Amino acid sequence: MSEAHVQVTLKKSILDPQGSAVEKALRQMGYPVDAVRVGKFMEIRIADGLSRTEQREALEEICRKVLSNPVIEEYTFSLEDQP
Amino acid sequence: MKIGIVRFPGSNCETDCLEAWRVMGCEADMLWHRETSVRGYDLVVLPGGFSYGDYLRTGAIARFSPIMPDVIRHAREGGLVWGICNGFQILTECGLLPGALLRNAGLSFICAPQCLRVENNATVFTRAYAPGQIARMPINHGEGNYYIDAAGLEELESEGRVVFRYVSADGAADAAGNPNGSVQNIAGIISREGNVLGMMPHPERAVEQLIGGEDGRGMFRSLLG
Repeated sequence: MSEAHVQVTLKKSILDPQGSAVEKALRQMGYPVDAVRVGKFMEIRIADGLSRTEQREALEEICRKVLSNPVIEEYTFSLEDQP
Repeated sequence: MKIGIVRFPGSNCETDCLEAWRVMGCEADMLWHRETSVRGYDLVVLPGGFSYGDYLRTGAIARFSPIMPDVIRHAREGGLVWGICNGFQILTECGLLPGALLRNAGLSFICAPQCLRVENNATVFTRAYAPGQIARMPINHGEGNYYIDAAGLEELESEGRVVFRYVSADGAADAAGNPNGSVQNIAGIISREGNVLGMMPHPERAVEQLIGGEDGRGMFRSLLG
């Protein structure tokens, strides 16, 4: 069984007010923080029976078409075999 | 004019739309999102609300509802589509309109009356307004911060496709009049062909004095010809 870890983040060119709020709060608490960006993390278990290449192709499509909005976001993912 | 209002799970302005059309003298139909055809309708309204709980991104899951391929077909064939609030978010997600709606710059959910300036009254949606007319109607959103890249913005502006801008009470499209951080105070845009309009404000909640004003009526009057 394979599991994918997907990260979706706002493009660097897009302001992230949520990240800025967290950053300010952390700084007020005295933590040594310069910048915070808030994104999404998803764990996806892939159905059995696909080759690694097929898994990657499916994930690319899922990320591009559904999990991220390419106008404002970018994504990365990793794939791991699970026991 | 045959009007269909699409109800998604989590829509919450669909009955307001239905009532607004009734007030304006037109009976609209409610369409469940699992239907697969909008044939026979002249105008499809995608109402406000929180379709699918706004999960993933606003409108991101609703755009894959069974009815959407036919809404897109309808739009591509020149049929009218009107997205209000969450409906606007769905239209950008499915690519019928450019750009995206981000979290409000101030992070707050805003529910308040807002002044808009009619930037383009040469559309089938806005022809009942005077050019530059100020219309007051409610906004009610947490993610109405319109974003588009520089090239896309230039295209919208040069083609006159910014239909509404947020303005101060004196009509200035300045920072003070911008409730959510939208680029160039954009509150509503239209497709190049002029048949698909998306806007964050709620004209359907501004059709009777009893509920705070009638400035939204112009859109209904425009569409009814």
